[in-house]
Amino acid sequence: MEAVYAFCVGLLTACGVFLTLRGRTFSVVIGITLLSYAVNLFLFSSGRLKLAAAAVLNSTGDYTDPLPQALVLTAIVIGFAMTAFVVILAMRGRADLGNDHVDGRIPSEESALHRHRGYKS
Amino acid sequence: MLAGVLLLLPPVQNSIQKQRLFGLAACGAVVVVAVLLMMKSQVSGTMLYVLGDWQPPFGIVLVADRLAALMVALTAVLAFGALLYACGGDDQGGRFFHPLFMFQLMGINGAFLTGDIFNLFVFFEVLLIASYGLLIHGGGKHKTRAGLHYVTLNLIGSTLFLFALGMLYGTTGTLNIADMAIKITQLDAAERALAKAGGMLLLLVFGLKAAMLPLHFWLPRTYSAAAAPVAALFAVMTKVGIYSILRVHTVIFGAGAGELAHIALPWLWPLALLTLVVGAIGALASPGLRILTANLVVVSVGTLLIAVALQTPEATAAALYYMVHTTLISGALFLLADLIWEQRGKAEDRFVLARRMRQPVAVGIAFFIAAMAVVGLPPLSGFVGKLMLLQSTVAWPTIGWIWPLLLLSGLAALIALSRAGTSLFWRCHGDPLPGEPIAGIKLAAVYLLLAASPLLVIFGGPMVEYSQAAADQLHDRSQSVYALLPEGYEP
Repeated sequence: MEAVYAFCVGLLTACGVFLTLRGRTFSVVIGITLLSYAVNLFLFSSGRLKLAAAAVLNSTGDYTDPLPQALVLTAIVIGFAMTAFVVILAMRGRADLGNDHVDGRIPSEESALHRHRGYKS
Repeated sequence: MLAGVLLLLPPVQNSIQKQRLFGLAACGAVVVVAVLLMMKSQVSGTMLYVLGDWQPPFGIVLVADRLAALMVALTAVLAFGALLYACGGDDQGGRFFHPLFMFQLMGINGAFLTGDIFNLFVFFEVLLIASYGLLIHGGGKHKTRAGLHYVTLNLIGSTLFLFALGMLYGTTGTLNIADMAIKITQLDAAERALAKAGGMLLLLVFGLKAAMLPLHFWLPRTYSAAAAPVAALFAVMTKVGIYSILRVHTVIFGAGAGELAHIALPWLWPLALLTLVVGAIGALASPGLRILTANLVVVSVGTLLIAVALQTPEATAAALYYMVHTTLISGALFLLADLIWEQRGKAEDRFVLARRMRQPVAVGIAFFIAAMAVVGLPPLSGFVGKLMLLQSTVAWPTIGWIWPLLLLSGLAALIALSRAGTSLFWRCHGDPLPGEPIAGIKLAAVYLLLAASPLLVIFGGPMVEYSQAAADQLHDRSQSVYALLPEGYEP
């Protein structure tokens, strides 16, 4: 179980990193979402994986750590709010800047030259 | 205790006047409370507020030691100045300025006061989401573009923060900073490697917030795009990063961490020096006053990181003094840049030939004071701060690197600011543009923040003593670790 779990987290992270490095806002948003899924699973596993155990102390003495579950819950809520915000911002950027690139302009040789001249464009 | 006062509810009235009044009153109250907290922490030592009465290390605690109290007071004063300036008209660019400002304040104060590393993450998120809203306040192309970069970077930063927390919790089994500092010494070799990775990831995250070298590219553009009062408040946000590095890498991965002691130092050293250099080069190359100020923030971050990397109480004390000075002055410079922008019409704040300003004297004096303070010329506080820092490095082998770079960065700032001053105030032609004079409240806000610099010198004795005491407390494990846990606690 641990191996499969670790593989899933790793795969999600790898996909997330790849997508966040893309130039368009849509794939960046998806990448961030994947990354946050990966981190939620990772946090969950930080309390060790256990099968068929309750998340509260009980008489049998077999229980999982409840704290990571609380952490994951917090992380999910925060991640959700942040994703919603970044989606809105990306749409606004699309409207304001006229394209959906993270840099706000379509990359070309000319603009690459331009970039070297300073912040004003 | 104090948390109730700090967790101010956002004003929800519809009238802007009521919001302003309430916001200013709240900020004033936070200033008073923060100063009282400083005095109290000086007299009675560290205070703990145990949320829900779950005793540490299990529950969440708020810790008000000298360092935290100092940072809260600094934030409060800066926020008061920025809010006063915003009341001059900048808060009407968007609808929710005042509530967001209060949220941001709560996030920053919470991050300084928390004694729990996951709670630190939560407060980081609170201050970040408020800062996203504030950054695009007013609207416009530049703000949207800067905001998009800023939000994306910080979201990735938050994810990495969570990864780091997961690793640290997985190995040490605790989230309380003090408890973690003890448990980190008891790990076996395999767990130690994981904890080390977690610690380094935390350094990366805090470095992103603090704008450390390879992670600082977002800062100049973001800060120069933000509205002036927002940029002024953001001046303390890089310091949140520095504070977190100080807290985590001195208390948890500090001298007492056994095998994991000082894991960040080999990285922190070169990065701090390079940040300083890159910031200075950026300052020399800046085309406008806002960008220049933003680059000066990078320079100050470099200076502070050097002091953090020294890991001695003296250097930390110097860093604290310098941090107070540099935050307030850079805040004032951002506000000042906006005043100049308003008065120069189409030339904005760029260093080009333009029409004369309407009130060159009032603005000019403020600029002169700010520039002197930033560069570190006597008799203002920048000089004292740099002197303390230089003195604390005397016994170090790396002194050959620190002194020249620090002094040269001062020279670069001097050149950049003199160029800015001459072209802004003297290279002008024609009559000033017709228009309203600056609102008195805006000038008052700028002078209020600038007054901090001479005040920091006049009350230099108590201030240096206080920062020294705060630094000693941070470096003394019996006070920064064991005092925060119940008596007789055995991990």
